[in-house]
Amino acid sequence: MKDWRYWLAENKNTLVAIALFLFMFIIYASNHPAGFTANVVQTSANKATLLAFVAMAQAIVIITAGIDLSVGMILTLANCLASWIVVGTMGETLLGIAGVLLAGALCGALNGLIVIFGRLQPIVTTIATGAMFYGVALLLRPFPGGSVNETLADAMTGKLFGIFPASFAALIAVILVVWVPYSRSAIGRAAYAAGSAEQAAYMSGMPVRLAKFTAYVLSGLLSAIGGLYLTFFSYTGEAAYASGSTYTLFSIAAVVLGGVSLMGGRGSAIGAVFGALAFRTIGDLLFVFDFDPLWQPLFQGVVLLLAVSISAVGLLRVRNKLEWFP
Amino acid sequence: MSGVSKRYGGVTALKEADLSVTPGRIHAVLGENGAGKSTLIKIMAGVVAPDEGMITLDGKPVSFATPAAANAAGIVCVFQELSLIPDLTAADNIIISNPPQRFGMIDRKAQRALAEQALAAAGTADIHPFALVRDLSLSRRQMVEIAKALARRPRVLILDEATSALTAADVRNVFGVIKRLRAEGTAIVYISHRMHEIAELADDCTVFRNGRKIATYAAGSKTDTEVVELMIGREYKNVFPPKSTAARPETPALSCRNLSWSGRLNDISFSLHAGEVVGLGGLDGQGQRELLLAMFGVLRGVTGQIEVAGKPASLADPEAAKSGAAAMALIPEDRKIEGLMLPMSIAENLCFAALDRVSSRGIIDRSKQAERVAAMIELLKIKVVDPDLPVSSLSGGNQQKVVIAKWLMNDPRIVLLNDPMRGIDVGTKQELYALLRKLADEGVAILFYSTDYDELIGCCDRVMVMYDGAIVRTLEGDAITEHALVASALNISEAPPA
Repeated sequence: MKDWRYWLAENKNTLVAIALFLFMFIIYASNHPAGFTANVVQTSANKATLLAFVAMAQAIVIITAGIDLSVGMILTLANCLASWIVVGTMGETLLGIAGVLLAGALCGALNGLIVIFGRLQPIVTTIATGAMFYGVALLLRPFPGGSVNETLADAMTGKLFGIFPASFAALIAVILVVWVPYSRSAIGRAAYAAGSAEQAAYMSGMPVRLAKFTAYVLSGLLSAIGGLYLTFFSYTGEAAYASGSTYTLFSIAAVVLGGVSLMGGRGSAIGAVFGALAFRTIGDLLFVFDFDPLWQPLFQGVVLLLAVSISAVGLLRVRNKLEWFP
Repeated sequence: MSGVSKRYGGVTALKEADLSVTPGRIHAVLGENGAGKSTLIKIMAGVVAPDEGMITLDGKPVSFATPAAANAAGIVCVFQELSLIPDLTAADNIIISNPPQRFGMIDRKAQRALAEQALAAAGTADIHPFALVRDLSLSRRQMVEIAKALARRPRVLILDEATSALTAADVRNVFGVIKRLRAEGTAIVYISHRMHEIAELADDCTVFRNGRKIATYAAGSKTDTEVVELMIGREYKNVFPPKSTAARPETPALSCRNLSWSGRLNDISFSLHAGEVVGLGGLDGQGQRELLLAMFGVLRGVTGQIEVAGKPASLADPEAAKSGAAAMALIPEDRKIEGLMLPMSIAENLCFAALDRVSSRGIIDRSKQAERVAAMIELLKIKVVDPDLPVSSLSGGNQQKVVIAKWLMNDPRIVLLNDPMRGIDVGTKQELYALLRKLADEGVAILFYSTDYDELIGCCDRVMVMYDGAIVRTLEGDAITEHALVASALNISEAPPA
């Protein structure tokens, strides 16, 4: 076989996610009353970017065979914090952004430390820490309010050169600066190895603990970027419990749609980003076909179930039934 | 290594073992299942720490806390259980511990070149460096594992049954590689059950038995028969009940014809009669476990027929196997995973296989349950403070009794046992041996896979020895001897001495 066929086999799941998104988006754009215009793309990009950041965060942890149920609450916390400190002159604003990102990374580091050294299960740990992060968010913003540097916010959610959505550019920049180096580093490889076969990774002398810790820190950081973006869209901070929980659940849905295995070891954050974009497009599709928005949760569920069913087809080939119960 | 010991709980896996390996020589380590070979190499490779004794490398004492530390010192092990990451590519796996980096990122080009070098050195340039390990066959994976070891430039290379999954052509390849490494001055520890491989490769041999070193000798200075004698030793305790001589019924309780599965089981035919204890012997992993799973309806795509009491039966899953005319029971190998629900109570665990017998119209009858649970605890003499305590509170031997009792509650006609006596104390074993014989005398047909040759000799009326997924020999009555069992397990045709 040729090199590219091996590459194809390795990245099949990610490519399927990209194809799914393109398929849905083309239907959407071609049926949109305004047609395929820069404005249509910008609106979609802005809606999808938030979920894309959180989905990346989730994917990085799930690849290590963990799960982070605090991503939505880190996003909410970052939003509340940003509504206090991402204001003022450009210098103050930048300092504020750094503060928000640092807070997100610290939240992730706390998750990582508890999971690795406390040896608690990620699912329980992150439910608990998620509640704590929400508690801090409530203390910061008991009532919705605050503000953000609007010049910056408008720039980050507008269009570059009048065509390309700025939020999308930011998403691509984060993928290039965070995900690409991580996935190609020795640490990133250890993260995949830990998710795929942790014992074998240990036996091969890989830095398993450091890799898992890094994954949780990056997850916190990316969730905080999502929180910043929420602030840029809404110009305000709000400790909204329902919205935080929804982001957590949707991040898992996006990761699954994006072809990342919930068992760990397989998939990429890029797949998860396209999973998020596809998931968001479902709502837009209903809009252009004039469905009542009340149908949205039902359709999202159906699409998610279909996507998961496709990935379960492999189980039909299992020869030893004990492998059905890993 | 000198005076190295290791205990797991109360079990001594290795006692005051010595082994020295010399650069440029191949040292073969021999022994039965459970002789302590695996523990020995795990200690050398830094996977487990010894309780006593010391390891010296170039005359200096060393101790390895992790496999990574052992690797750094140049000790590299090719493990029997593969240490590959299935979701990474062959190249990723080969260069896993120390990938070439540029600007903090893995340099894929350099990595590919290194991996290709290692694969070529292992003589398997046919494996593409970008192939995912999970897509490779078992023998290809084994070759990747060997290439991975070579890429680390070992000073001491340990091969643990490294050829067991390989094709004949690959074995020739690997032998070439091993001999070249020897010529280059690498010290090699070679563990294998295949006598002809040892005869071809080894310079020195050491035999282990029951966790102790028995003898070290120059290769070729002993005959196969002498080596087998060293391996089995002369320890024999009379813990077994007398065998029955009663006539067996004409129709077998169960017969299998031409069972095959997925290349792991090859054309297996045999019958079991009521009242008989039939042993399954051979080295670990020759298809014994798969045979039991196939009979119990766990495997898919099994070809061949199974007949129960002379009539064709279709046993689609464990639920079908345990009910109806077959009334089969499978006592699993790993009681903690396949046998018990550890946090649930002893009484609940006892009733899992026979819930319909303690319930009416789908509701569990508490008093009926208590009655049957008490009867079982009495029958197997399970040491229980209170049947409502979690089953995890029992000792290993008593837990195993619960697994067996759980199936007896279903009144099985055919009992399959998958090496059930591992890690159980001698007293409990003795009770269980007596119980098996009692069941057989009451008309149950028993198929008993054991890795312990004494058990096969002491318990079984017949023993079928498996090798490479097929039954290679059936020994009966007085023909069941240690010599015959070991020789058949190694599939060497040499006749045992009288």
